[in-house]
Amino acid sequence: MTVNLTKGQAISLQKNDGGSLAAVRMGLGWQAAPRRGLFGSRTREIDLDASAVLFADKQPVDVVFFRHLVSDDGSVRHTGDNLVGGAGQGGDDEAILVDLQRVPVHIDQIIFTVNSFTGQTFQEVQNAFCRLVDETNGQELARYTLAGGGNYTAQIMAKVHRAGTGWTMTAIGVPANGRTFQDLMPAILPHL
Amino acid sequence: MTAELVRGQNHPLTEVRLEIRVSAGTPLVAAATLGDENGKVRGAQWVVHPGAPALPGLEVPRQAAAGHRLALDLGAMPEAVHRVSVLLALPAPGPARFGAVAAPFVAVTGLDGTELAGYTIIGLDAETAVVALELYRRQDAWKVRAVGQGYAGGLAELLADQGLSEARHLAATVEEAVARGLARSVAAPPSRTADGDRSRHTAPAAPGPDQTGPAASSASSGRQTVPDTAPAQPATPQDGRTNAAPGQPAPQPPYADNSGPQPPYPDGALRQASASGPQPPVPATGPQPSAPTRGPVDYTHPRRQSSAPPPPPPTAPPAPPGQPAQPVAGDATGWSMDERLYNQVWGMFEDLARTTAAYRSAVDFADSRREKELDQALSDPRSRTGGQGEAAREAAHARYTALVDQARMALDRDLAQLTAESEVVEPALPPAFARWDNPVWHGYRVPMEIPMAVRLGDLNLPENPSLRIPMLLRLPLERGLWIDSGRSASSDDDVFADEEELRRLAMEAAVAHAARLLAVHPAGEFGVHVIDPAGAAARTLAPLVRSGVLAGPPAAGAAGVADVLGRLTQRVDLVQMALRGGAPDALPPGFDTSEQLLVVNDFPHGFDDRAVNQLRYLADEGPAVGVHLMMVADREDAGAYGPLLDPLWRSLLRLTPVPEDHLADPWVGHAWTYEPALVPAGSRVLEQVLAQVAEARREWNR
Repeated sequence: MTVNLTKGQAISLQKNDGGSLAAVRMGLGWQAAPRRGLFGSRTREIDLDASAVLFADKQPVDVVFFRHLVSDDGSVRHTGDNLVGGAGQGGDDEAILVDLQRVPVHIDQIIFTVNSFTGQTFQEVQNAFCRLVDETNGQELARYTLAGGGNYTAQIMAKVHRAGTGWTMTAIGVPANGRTFQDLMPAILPHL
Repeated sequence: MTAELVRGQNHPLTEVRLEIRVSAGTPLVAAATLGDENGKVRGAQWVVHPGAPALPGLEVPRQAAAGHRLALDLGAMPEAVHRVSVLLALPAPGPARFGAVAAPFVAVTGLDGTELAGYTIIGLDAETAVVALELYRRQDAWKVRAVGQGYAGGLAELLADQGLSEARHLAATVEEAVARGLARSVAAPPSRTADGDRSRHTAPAAPGPDQTGPAASSASSGRQTVPDTAPAQPATPQDGRTNAAPGQPAPQPPYADNSGPQPPYPDGALRQASASGPQPPVPATGPQPSAPTRGPVDYTHPRRQSSAPPPPPPTAPPAPPGQPAQPVAGDATGWSMDERLYNQVWGMFEDLARTTAAYRSAVDFADSRREKELDQALSDPRSRTGGQGEAAREAAHARYTALVDQARMALDRDLAQLTAESEVVEPALPPAFARWDNPVWHGYRVPMEIPMAVRLGDLNLPENPSLRIPMLLRLPLERGLWIDSGRSASSDDDVFADEEELRRLAMEAAVAHAARLLAVHPAGEFGVHVIDPAGAAARTLAPLVRSGVLAGPPAAGAAGVADVLGRLTQRVDLVQMALRGGAPDALPPGFDTSEQLLVVNDFPHGFDDRAVNQLRYLADEGPAVGVHLMMVADREDAGAYGPLLDPLWRSLLRLTPVPEDHLADPWVGHAWTYEPALVPAGSRVLEQVLAQVAEARREWNR
């Protein structure tokens, strides 16, 4: 069951039995660009990147992205950069795993973003999606379809933030422009 | 309980969330088809393959590999599915038939890794695709059956047999997807290196709050130039040597020296790296006696396994809910207990580095937040009078304490877990990994093979100095060692101010390390040379000299220095020439190809310019051909050379004779306090061990 979140909708990451969510994964998948012309090597590859920014009281503390695959404390892990995308059949081409129970105590928000490193807008990308999955049972918590999404190169996906003793996820889904998450920082700050 | 299935046998499955593990000697394509209650595959959408790797409840890898893990959730399968067939196929560029490769092994395991059923697919010959297993539904319970039906016509024939009309087209899709996967993957390494250390050179640090780290600029400029492969190993010239161990898994990143250049950050946890690392030695059974009708004569015993799959690692007993599992020694991946312990130690090292990073980061944040709040309280004119300011200050302090306490609690929880782990791991360590005071040294026997690594000391962090992580260095050594007998900044004020004392301690540490290296190598595979120009360390060297384990008496005087350096230089040159010429057999008969360690005391005493150049040559070129350097020196003594020797010092791994925080971990770069592995005072263990080594050397020389 997928919950298609609308902008700003919040869902609590508490399980039905009262236990709180232990691990979430942000998955990003897209289809490789089709080959063009006679020279197969001259493809126009599409490289989307998933990033997670860890905030403590609105101060960025750590970032997990393709150049820093594991947060210093080890709680957030990027599974590795994918430069070309997949077959677009629904699997995640990049994923960021968050072990919520190991997130340092001062980190209160984690923002997930998607950027088009090669600069194609989401209009040009085929079958692109990003989703948040409860890693413990594989249940999809939220899904966005990026493809055909408009003349943007980035999207601020969602934030996972502390609420009481557990965590809550809020869908943001705001389009933005930028090559890496650094370009998005001004756009992220209003959502903290 | 594991059931070893034979062809046709079935076995009930008690769990619905399973993993199917495939191990083979050659890369294979894994795929699966789903069938309805009549066994019919309803179409291409019911085939999971590298081009379409996921269906609800089932995922297969996109690439061909010698080892696969397919996640399978039978509970998530559509109701209509009554059968799941697991298929294996040889990819196009590769062996042409299953008869030419070792028999693949498939296992069905639970999520916790317990093997429920295993099946070695034997008896294949000209086939290029095979239905390995079938999982099927019987009265709402699932069972697994060993099928082993091969097809010489490959996937196309196999899929056609399953009733798929578009079988040929589908097989072509799979082939293309696999080829694409190959193109994407890193070229296969000559040894197991790149596989085991799939690291990427990442930026040294995450950008701080200002968001203008070096990572930021380099990220947007030229990411594509970042090497995507593992840190390059010095090719593999060692393969030509008799004692080289091409089967050893990837070297781990070296310990970084805070003063030297930082090594690249390996990205993933070492625990994970090693999990995907060494490919399994194949559980090879020879083909059935009746099978080989073509091809070369098969000399293997039909039922003998050339190498057994490793015994499963000890797993922790299930923990009571809400509590961490009891630690168990060897609870890591690896093909031998040594490798598992090695990986476990690295796992502990990383965990301690990361949990401490979390704690420090939280305390830093609490600190800066308190500062800010105090500043605000001070700058607010209303709060200057009355109790308001006081209250604000108290509130700020309270918030600070609350956060730090919370962080400390998390840290203490982790430290307790790691301490418990350390308590079970330390006693289980083999001699090469153990402290000198470990009883395992009293039962020491000269080993038959070179261990993966050797312990040179302990590492700890100030948050909990009693939790000491073994500092394990991979063998064969990749860099020389430098035991710093000089006074360092941190030892200025303490009891080690006495220079003579420090020199003696440095030499003692050097003797302990050299003796350990000798002891963990098989007899005759490691030689130690000593240069002690002024004979200053004669007393400390006595255990090595007396037991007769050295290659010769310590070289004294300028002539002795020149002689030893000359011989080792020539040796490096010869071996290099032989290896470059691709003719390691052309070395002179009787040429000793064992690893050599040169211990240099009192550098640069007794060294002329030629000798210094030879030493630098050995430091640069030696490690690749098995000649290693251990300098026991005070850098100040060589100050007359100016910056000329800086590259030499930088190329060596600096160790100290006394505890000092100069080593950095490869993940977050904490400064770790290094404590050398020394023989406890009054212990005879060193003499006993060396006596055995000497005895074994005599036997070997005979």
